[in-house]
Amino acid sequence: MKRLAVLIACLSGPVCAQDSKSVSFDKRSTFDLMKPETQAMQRDDASNPAMLWVQEGRALWQAKAGSTDKACQDCHGDVASMKGVATRYPAYSAAQQKVVTLGQQIQFCRAQEQKAEPWTAEARPVLALSALVGLQSRGLPLAKTGPAEARAVAEGRALFTERRGQMNLSCAQCHDDHAGQSLGGAIIPQGHPTGYPIYRLEWQDLGSLERRLRNCLNGVRSEPWPSGSSENVAVQTYLRERAAGLPIETPAIRP
Amino acid sequence: MAAALINVQKTVRKGEIIEIKTLMAHPMETGFRTGLGGQLIPRDIIHRFVCTFEGVEIFAADLFPAISANPFIAFTFMPQQSGTLTFRWFDDKGGAQVETARIEMV
Ligand code: HEC
Ligand code: HEC
Repeated sequence: MKRLAVLIACLSGPVCAQDSKSVSFDKRSTFDLMKPETQAMQRDDASNPAMLWVQEGRALWQAKAGSTDKACQDCHGDVASMKGVATRYPAYSAAQQKVVTLGQQIQFCRAQEQKAEPWTAEARPVLALSALVGLQSRGLPLAKTGPAEARAVAEGRALFTERRGQMNLSCAQCHDDHAGQSLGGAIIPQGHPTGYPIYRLEWQDLGSLERRLRNCLNGVRSEPWPSGSSENVAVQTYLRERAAGLPIETPAIRP
Repeated sequence: MAAALINVQKTVRKGEIIEIKTLMAHPMETGFRTGLGGQLIPRDIIHRFVCTFEGVEIFAADLFPAISANPFIAFTFMPQQSGTLTFRWFDDKGGAQVETARIEMV
């Protein structure tokens, strides 16, 4: 209790105002902080509810759609061809001339390649296909970003370390400086994007990294970045760079 | 109701106890939550699950509003012969989702 009080005082007061340096701890997934029951749920595909979305994703992968009457499969072949793809997203897309998330790439293929009715960012089919594509890279390490993503990484790092919201806290104050300490009932994780989309027990639903970030931003009473905004993508790109080397867990379970 | 996932081994030896795991996509709306306008969202849960083997009931469960979305139900069974497992989930909207799985005695 005393530690919590100190942490909260420290988080909200000016005493710890010095801004965080770059991350220099051993990178660890939130998985390591979870209860054994929750870990077991993630380890066993037969008990991971996210697999319901993966199954839906498989059906969508094969479904012809749009005025081209093409399925994802018609251009990309078996979904196994997507192995490794999720390790390097968000990524610069030459076709879209910007850095995009995996979900945005899927939305782009839906609208531009299939010429089908567009999906919104967090629509169920986008989550289902993201989970399916992400699963193909499970166990592979997140790749470091390249020169094409450097600008987004820099923008994301700046946003990550900038204080925001009524609580005047930066992401880094929690996830770099106080990772491993408790906040209310939860232990603050390092905040790595290795499991997305995740099945979060609190949501009782599969959700995107954007949704998770909205939760953190609401937590500090800061207005969430609009869906698909450059801020949103930049922070996600920085998170990818920051977590490089950690294995992908998609679709992970989180409490 | 949308989709189910059934996890059960395809072959079994005589005297072997097998574990059957099921996941069903369902919101399990409790009936106690309010929507944006403050009005109650009507209850819609799976209230009963039944599994039969060759037509004989081997497992059944009543479910209540405190059970989380996308319910996971697992149980064990010792088959005496080859046969088909039939799974049925019944929800408040009057729908029933049916799935089957075949087990061969080897
Ligand atoms: C008409 C052919 C076509 C269809 C149909 C299509 N795609 Fe694509 N897809 C492409 C091309 C071409 C690229 C690479 C160029 C680009 O960025 O658009 C691509 C890129 C991708 C990538 C990124 C791959 C990487 O290595 O970075 C993903 C993921 C993807 N598509 C998913 C999908 C999904 C999911 C669907 C079905 C909803 C789909 N695609 C349908 C043509 C297609
Ligand atoms: C007040 C502290 C705090 C701040 C500020 C904060 N977070 Fe979090 N964050 C948390 C906690 C606590 C969790 C874990 C939630 C839980 O278990 O309930 C979390 C979870 C996460 C996760 C999920 C990790 C996983 O394994 O799924 C990511 C990613 C994340 N935060 C990123 C951010 C970003 C980016 C920002 C800045 C926009 C931010 N957080 C700001 C406390 C914070």
